[in-house]
Amino acid sequence: MKKIALFAVACCLLLFGFVVGNNYYKEQQAKKIGFMAQENVSTFVRDHSMTRGSDDAKVYLVEFMDPACETCAAFAPFIRKMMEAYPGKIKLVVRYAPFHDGSEGIVKILEATKKQGKYWEALEIMFRMQDYWVSHHKPQPEKLWQLLPKVGLDIERLKKDMNDPSIEKVIAQDIADAETLNVRKTPGYFVNGKPLQTFGDRQLLKLVQSAIMANYPN
Amino acid sequence: MNQPDQPTDSNWMILFCCWLVAALSTAGSLFFSYVMEFPPCVLCWYQRIFLFPLVLVLAVGLFPFNKNVVKFSLPLAIAGWLTAFYHTLLHSGIIPETIQPCSQGVPCTEEYIKLFGFITIPMLSLLAFTTIIVLLILLKKRISQ
Repeated sequence: MKKIALFAVACCLLLFGFVVGNNYYKEQQAKKIGFMAQENVSTFVRDHSMTRGSDDAKVYLVEFMDPACETCAAFAPFIRKMMEAYPGKIKLVVRYAPFHDGSEGIVKILEATKKQGKYWEALEIMFRMQDYWVSHHKPQPEKLWQLLPKVGLDIERLKKDMNDPSIEKVIAQDIADAETLNVRKTPGYFVNGKPLQTFGDRQLLKLVQSAIMANYPN
Repeated sequence: MNQPDQPTDSNWMILFCCWLVAALSTAGSLFFSYVMEFPPCVLCWYQRIFLFPLVLVLAVGLFPFNKNVVKFSLPLAIAGWLTAFYHTLLHSGIIPETIQPCSQGVPCTEEYIKLFGFITIPMLSLLAFTTIIVLLILLKKRISQ
């Protein structure tokens, strides 16, 4: 009997240690990032970063994403709905974390669409038609060339623009910031500098709502 | 229940310690990947393949105490030790990186932590497997006496 008790106690202690360690680690991480959100705002939002939403918005939703990432595509309509639900209060900041093989090339194409003023249209169709141009986690840029004219993009110009060395700097900076902020998976979300601790749409909504409550008390 | 005699009790305790090391290592490795979100490399997975079943096999040997448990768990522990040893050599640069088997995903020489300035994850794994092997051999000797 004693042996079983000892065994059970050991099991409980291990489980308890794991849970406590998990909470402690997440809290420390959030504190560290919260400090960075005050001291180094630019780690979250760079001058080159594309943003959507009102400039007066007080809630910054920073998303580290990869155009070839399925979950990022799945979250896109959810984020749009959330922004519609709180008009003028949320600002979306797009950052890159191209973790898939070949994603950097796709980010280059996406960045090049800025020059034709079709960035959001391009991102929208990339996400919506992801099944078509990403197969088995491998992005296929050739297929994008068929897709992107549909939103009015000039492909020949795009092919030239995407090799602009400034785009490479943008990607390198975003990857460096993702590393600083400990983003290892996409999408990685931060709401006013607070990381999304457990992943999920409801959790993200909760985090955004708490930021809205804090910044818009009425 | 018949009252177990003294040596059997200490044998049980040795096996229990063995299980504790395996369980603690399993919890630790899960902590690294699910809490700290370190992506495991290929060699890490091989070590886990040998480590995780030890938690179950050793626990089964505890209730009721079965001396055959050494026979079933020692091969797992030795295979895990060899992998951990190779990984440690690779990690510390004694074996050059060019012959590492994992070219895709996370390189096996990726360094995530350095406890007290020198203890890396492969070293922790090697330490755990070494402890388990030593305890199991000790148990085997005591049983065969």
